[in-house]
Amino acid sequence: MSTETMASDSLELKPGIAGFFDDWSSDQRAFKGVPWGKAMMWIFLVSDTFIFGCFLASYMTVRMSTLEPWPSSSEVFALSFGGAPIPLILIAIMTFVLITSSGTMALAVNYGYRKNKWVTFWLLFATAILGATFVGMQVFEWSKLIFEEGVRPWGNPMGAAQFGSVFFMVTGFHGFHVSIGVIFLFIFSYKVARGHLDDQTPGWFTKRGGNYEEIEILGLYWHFVDLVWVFIFAFFYLW
Amino acid sequence: MDHTADGHEPVVREEEAIQHPLGIYFKIWILLFVLSAMSYAVDYYQVQGYMRWFLILFFMVLKAGLIIAVFMHMVWERLAMVYFILVPPALLLTLVAIGSLEADWTFFQRGVYFLKELVIAAPASPHH
Repeated sequence: MSTETMASDSLELKPGIAGFFDDWSSDQRAFKGVPWGKAMMWIFLVSDTFIFGCFLASYMTVRMSTLEPWPSSSEVFALSFGGAPIPLILIAIMTFVLITSSGTMALAVNYGYRKNKWVTFWLLFATAILGATFVGMQVFEWSKLIFEEGVRPWGNPMGAAQFGSVFFMVTGFHGFHVSIGVIFLFIFSYKVARGHLDDQTPGWFTKRGGNYEEIEILGLYWHFVDLVWVFIFAFFYLW
Repeated sequence: MDHTADGHEPVVREEEAIQHPLGIYFKIWILLFVLSAMSYAVDYYQVQGYMRWFLILFFMVLKAGLIIAVFMHMVWERLAMVYFILVPPALLLTLVAIGSLEADWTFFQRGVYFLKELVIAAPASPHH
């Protein structure tokens, strides 16, 4: 094989819409210059978008079709710190915690590409702790609703029965995603600290060498979790 | 150039760190905080009606856009990938449209049948 044919794939990539048609009509791969793991993570995230999209569309359908009044999330999720209850404050704090963790994650990706091992480690570790804090607050939220307010998936004393089923399904699925993310953030903090990404140590499961691109891929997942929360916050808590 | 991560290839994308200065992340971070605070304010000050919907959706779209564009690096990706990610989820709008038609119909039917039962069950109501 001549080197010309081998090189044809990496010839100047066209920008813009011409590049789009070129990439999609080319041989072997459509996503040029993108690491394999990153393309696969995006495919997973698009599929996950459909899962959460279906949840939210179903939520809209049941909420629009019920005759019962929908419980006011502003009151249900209010907390009082000694004084009068502050509406929706718990959810607001959870939102800020998740956004903060998204920021530390974005910085971790950047410092990863700079090969700054310890800053990357501390940022990843901070992201994991913030994620765990979010899950902890969700546990508090669920316990309060289950034990104090008497909310069940099949009914609640405040109004439409669908409130409970949607709440547990949607926030439960999101919380599950956060928990998985926290586990992987701790795993990657460990890998970064041990220098596995610098030394390209093969992972125990995939056997592929470590690489700072993995931090970006993990970052995509983590930002997606934050992204889903943006939609849940708007449609479930603010509607 | 082969980009499949076979584990023996050195990191080739060091230029990326230079392309993304840290400043943009801090700016987006602050913006996300401000936008979240504003969407919380919508509830705190009990804005209602169409204005509430407009503000909620406006802040939601801005936040989602900033996260996808900058934190998830979409502005630096090639269109081949951008379109693959953004176009298919647009199909969900079809599901939303079907869902709302279905919900309106269900709501109407429940109104007709459930409320009728209530009226029959309480014929001695003083209002009739």
